[in-house]
Amino acid sequence: MSEEYLIKSNQEIAYNVFQMTLIGDTSKIKNPGQFMNIKIDDNYENFLRRPISISSYKENEMTIIYKIFGTGTKKLSYKKSGDLIDILCPLGNGFTIKKNTRKSILIGGGVGVPPLLELAKQLKNNKMDFDVIIGFPSHRDVFLENEFKKFSESIVVCTIDGSYGEKGNVLEVIKNKQISFDYYYACGPEKMLHALVKEGYIGQLSFEERMGCGFGACMGCSHKTIQSYKRICKEGPVLESSEVYIDE
Amino acid sequence: MNNLEVKLPGMTLSNPIIPASGCFGFGYEFSEYYDINILGSFVFKGTTLNSRYGNPNPRIAETYAGMLNSIGLQNPGVEEVINCELVKLKKVYHKKVIANIGGSTEKEYLESVKLISKCSQIGAIELNISCPNVKDGGIHFGLNKDIAASLVKAVKSVTNLPVYVKLSPNVTDIVEIAKAVESAGADAITLINTLIGMRIDIKTGKPVLANTYGGLSGPAIKPVALRMVHQVYRNVSIPIIGVGGIMNASDVIEMMYAGATAVQIGTANLIDPYACKSIIEDLPKLMKELKINKISDIIGGSHI
Ligand SMILES: Cc1cc2nc3c(=O)[nH]c(=O)nc-3n(C[C@H](O)[C@H](O)[C@H](O)COP(=O)(O)OP(=O)(O)OC[C@H]3O[C@@H](n4cnc5c(N)ncnc54)[C@H](O)[C@@H]3O)c2cc1C
Ligand SMILES: Cc1cc2nc3c(=O)[nH]c(=O)nc-3n(C[C@H](O)[C@H](O)[C@H](O)COP(=O)(O)O)c2cc1C
Ligand code: FES
Repeated sequence: MSEEYLIKSNQEIAYNVFQMTLIGDTSKIKNPGQFMNIKIDDNYENFLRRPISISSYKENEMTIIYKIFGTGTKKLSYKKSGDLIDILCPLGNGFTIKKNTRKSILIGGGVGVPPLLELAKQLKNNKMDFDVIIGFPSHRDVFLENEFKKFSESIVVCTIDGSYGEKGNVLEVIKNKQISFDYYYACGPEKMLHALVKEGYIGQLSFEERMGCGFGACMGCSHKTIQSYKRICKEGPVLESSEVYIDE
Repeated sequence: MNNLEVKLPGMTLSNPIIPASGCFGFGYEFSEYYDINILGSFVFKGTTLNSRYGNPNPRIAETYAGMLNSIGLQNPGVEEVINCELVKLKKVYHKKVIANIGGSTEKEYLESVKLISKCSQIGAIELNISCPNVKDGGIHFGLNKDIAASLVKAVKSVTNLPVYVKLSPNVTDIVEIAKAVESAGADAITLINTLIGMRIDIKTGKPVLANTYGGLSGPAIKPVALRMVHQVYRNVSIPIIGVGGIMNASDVIEMMYAGATAVQIGTANLIDPYACKSIIEDLPKLMKELKINKISDIIGGSHI
């Protein structure tokens, strides 16, 4: 499963946010929201792999969207079309499309937005009704708005500073606009995910933890849930809202 | 004759490659990647009498040429390991496995060792007296030679399995402790567990690990591991299993020249799940290049 993928393109699509398209085996990907673990290079400076969600995929091609955060993602942004890159993929459970929902909503915050794109595609293919709401700090950070429009007419973009779309965080905007839904799929900062759970809405949420391996061997990513502990890389990153534990 | 074969007390290994405790889960996770029966053996995750969740997150931090972990011995407890993990393992692995046992009190160690010794899948006990991530546990036994020796003696009296003792490098005199556990009846010594270290996030000024300190592993610690294996080899006569920063076949040869009879591979498995498979495949080629006939010929070879 550790394989070389060929970089088809690697372009900046928003402020410090890059979209990379990779050519290689995608036949094992089961669900939207699964992720990959990327080896930055053979140099021991960025010794561990970097976990990044699969944003969309088709036969032999997949796309990721990542933000420059530290040195690893910075180096990733220097990669060129034609370069080979060592990737473990697919990892984790991903989102499971819930049948019999009247209307669901995809809720994304910042770099939590990418995995929702493939989910939108699959919900549309399943002829399910859904809205999309995505939030960013500011106008320059916004990405994927047009891509989501291909799958849903109902998309709301919000920015914290109000420089684009609705002003406020996604939860505030959901409440202000009285957007109704009976199920949600969410990915974003832990604060946003916990706020959704506290509201009592029912859905699935994708979490992050620091990872040693990404495939279940080190227990580095163990995450407390109501019933037990789950490895975010293996039994996650997606958890059901009913099992999310919030420590206060 | 298999020229990769090595012998440890109670176990003859088809090659000297053993994945290290905590970096190979309970083995079956890796059988998705390759047939783990090619391994010499492997050591499962540090197991304690009762289940442990371990330390708060984050408990992984990156370093140059390595990583810090402060997992804190998360494991489901010895009964669950026997009834569940080892049952799953049996389906994919047909050799003997080494049981890494941790604890906070002598009583706890002895209970766990007694229970696990009844399991026919186990080839040896690896007594972990060196986990740096558990308060008043494990490492407390590994820092003082008298306490270490008395625990080893007690453990030997409750099991018929060979007992390998895994030592901590976080001591002033490794030789003194190695000699003490040898006289207490240890059958082999595993060297080394992680070195205590830390990282600080300069954006917040706070430690990266929630536990503040963690264990450093990976290529960064290889020179320390080599030095300790070399020193201990000079002073004890029981076999040594060398661990610390081994990434490839060359590192294996180097560790065996220092005095190791077999080696354990930890962190390398985490960044490349195929690491042990590649090493096992590369070893014969490298031996040919270096004109090494039998790998066991080079054990301690640097001492002459
Ligand atoms: C399941 C999962 C999916 C993710 N998907 C995406 C995505 O689609 N797009 C995106 O931009 N980011 C995503 N992230 C976050 C991304 O992994 C981090 O931004 C990245 O690892 C930072 O690496 P760095 O070298 O730039 O930062 P550094 O700070 O230099 O990294 C140091 C260490 O901390 C780890 N680390 C730092 N931040 C995080 C984090 N938020 N989560 C986990 N580990 C972290 C790094 O992996 C590395 O081991 C995801 C994280 C997880 C766990
Ligand atoms: C994530 C992680 C978990 C570990 N857990 C254990 C453990 O449970 N018991 C133990 O004896 N050693 C444990 N170790 C130490 C390793 O077995 C090994 O001694 C150490 O990492 C040095 O080898 P390496 O550089 O090849 O990783 C752990 C190491 C890591 C990185
Ligand atoms: S990151 Fe190693 S178990 Fe999840």
